[in-house]
Amino acid sequence: MSVLGLLLPVALLLGLGGLAAFFWALRNGQFDDPDGDAARILIDDEDDE
Amino acid sequence: MNEVSLRQQPTVSSVLAVPGMHCAGCISRIERGLAGRPGIVSSRVNLSARQVTIEHDRSLDARDLVAELERIGFEAEPRKGALAASPSQVRPLLAPLAVAAFAAMNVMLLSVSVWSGAEGSTRALFHWVSALIGVPAIAYAGMPFFRSAWRALRKRRTNMDVPISIGVVVATALSLYEVATGGHDAWFDGALMLLTFLLAGRALDAMMRDRARSGVDALLGHAAQGATVVGPDGTLAWKAADALAPGMVIRVAAGERLAADGEILAGHSRFDQSLLTGESAPVPGSAGDEVLAGTLNLDAPVDVRVAATGADTKLAEIARLMEAAAQDRSKYVRLADRAARLYAPAVHTLAALTFAGWMLAGAGWHQSLVVAISVLIITCPCALGLAVPVAQVVASGALMRAGIMVKDGTAFERLARADRALLDKTGTLTLGRPVPDPQVLDGLPPDAAKVALALASHSRHPLSRALAAALAARGHAATRLEDVAERPGEGVFARWNGREVALRRPEGAKGTAVRLTIGDDARWQIPFADRLRPDCHAALAQLRDLGIDLSIVSGDHARAVAEVARATGLLAQADARPEDKQDLIARLQAAGRHVLMVGDGLNDGPALAKADASIAPGSASEVGLQAADLVFVQDSLLALPRAVRAARSTMRVVRQNFALAIGYNVLAVPLAIAGYVNPMIAALAMSLSSLIVVGNSLRLTRAAR
Repeated sequence: MSVLGLLLPVALLLGLGGLAAFFWALRNGQFDDPDGDAARILIDDEDDE
Repeated sequence: MNEVSLRQQPTVSSVLAVPGMHCAGCISRIERGLAGRPGIVSSRVNLSARQVTIEHDRSLDARDLVAELERIGFEAEPRKGALAASPSQVRPLLAPLAVAAFAAMNVMLLSVSVWSGAEGSTRALFHWVSALIGVPAIAYAGMPFFRSAWRALRKRRTNMDVPISIGVVVATALSLYEVATGGHDAWFDGALMLLTFLLAGRALDAMMRDRARSGVDALLGHAAQGATVVGPDGTLAWKAADALAPGMVIRVAAGERLAADGEILAGHSRFDQSLLTGESAPVPGSAGDEVLAGTLNLDAPVDVRVAATGADTKLAEIARLMEAAAQDRSKYVRLADRAARLYAPAVHTLAALTFAGWMLAGAGWHQSLVVAISVLIITCPCALGLAVPVAQVVASGALMRAGIMVKDGTAFERLARADRALLDKTGTLTLGRPVPDPQVLDGLPPDAAKVALALASHSRHPLSRALAAALAARGHAATRLEDVAERPGEGVFARWNGREVALRRPEGAKGTAVRLTIGDDARWQIPFADRLRPDCHAALAQLRDLGIDLSIVSGDHARAVAEVARATGLLAQADARPEDKQDLIARLQAAGRHVLMVGDGLNDGPALAKADASIAPGSASEVGLQAADLVFVQDSLLALPRAVRAARSTMRVVRQNFALAIGYNVLAVPLAIAGYVNPMIAALAMSLSSLIVVGNSLRLTRAAR
């Protein structure tokens, strides 16, 4: 049972980390243009370089 | 002064609406096409909002950018109010939803351990961890509900959010008490799951409105937003519409829309007033004649002295009529709100009575409270809250794919009841733009068609653009011309293989036409007419089959209306002013009919706002687009029966959803009152009913067939 004392905080911290990442993404405009992001992956930009 | 600000801020960013882009190809064409152009630093496309943000040198103005995009092949309009990306209603809900869902999952996992038999100190530990996650998460994710409930309570009213807030707060408080006293159960998971489902419903509702609004926003802004002002010394300067003042002289090129009312000083041209009056035939105007904002200059540039701008134009009158009508409509109460008005007090009374009943029966206050909370949670209008938005989101998504945008969720309710439709003529039953006679185009030899396309592509005159579009659609390609010259009011002239070719205004021809000449001997007359929309007859027949009586009401002259009335077999009222259309709708409504108005022009605006439901084509005026509930973007009129059918099946599903949600309550509430259900089981049952409602609504994916 003593392992719980370690696992619980670890699980909570990981979860909080995920939540923080989501908030970061929200603030940084990752959800501003979902349609555009879906389409951009199809752009073939090899000849840009 | 300008010099200083120039140096301090070398670049500015502008936002342009580009309604025509829709795919990855468009993104890369625009971004690469703009890259490396003089004065342009960078550009970024936002496909969801159909906008391009361009970082550019101060020396470029909005018209230069529009010209750049036109070179690449996209029509663009500068956004009003610079960086006006409309604020989303979904985003404020996303964070609470994520927190609630995440916390609900975690607390649920801990609860599973408790149910599977954790005892003593382990259970206490798990409960404390649940509380640690649950309480802050509930406090944060519940804010949208708490705020709305508080607003309602302060006005001594109640809404759906009041029982939700009370249920959540009481369940959380009681759980905290249980945890602190080492009790057996805690219900943080139930409260969190409730919030998750309700927030999901709200987010879907907001998403639908956001989507439709961004679609319509992209169509808006097609109206004239300014004019070229001729200074007293002959200098020309572009000014935005709100910077125009009476007394200024503006020069309006052929193919441009007027931005203000005024009087013609010099020049002679014809004006298309169809947007304003519904009249299809162009009206000639020369020096001394009055012209109105919103009309299209067809033939030649004219100088106009501005008499009235902005709110003083004839538009303002129409706008006032519309505002009054829109207020009438806002009295319409949504089905969900009507349900909530009955539901919320009933739930409160039921829970209070349960609590009192158990107390009287001699159960302790603790047990009575647990049972009362079960009743609150189990009756929580979760499924009811999802019943309407989920159905509307799925249906509007289906309609969006079919090219119909739903601007307002209540439009489904109002459209589904329509049993009488009034159709405008110009721009609604007809395309509202001149289309070259297809038989004449078919008869053109390929060489002549290529020359015609090449000539037409050199002019921005509406007839040229219509001809170029029609020829290009037939698969013709433009040929090479030399010495191309456009003479305003006369036509386009050029040389092709050493021969003189021209696309010109015919002398003394009846109706609207252009004449194509090649050399001295070959000439074709191409008549133009405003044609009925494709599938017009099929669409009207389908509407009749849906039990909707149809007639035409138009501001055009009786002769023009009679022609269309004959072609469609409908009764028609001609010469109707905007007030007349509104009165007609009021009379029909007084007779108990539910009126659907289909129209596009400014003159239809008041009628669109007055009618029970309204639909406008995407080519409609700004006023028409704003006043209408639904906007269809394709040419075919089949969008009308499609929208009505989708609205009716949406309402059918909504009613089924209500029946499911209420039926579930009828089953579960007696059990809860009797104390057979603890809050945990209540939360599970509630989620199940929500899932059934969502599943039922998903059947609407094919509603727009």
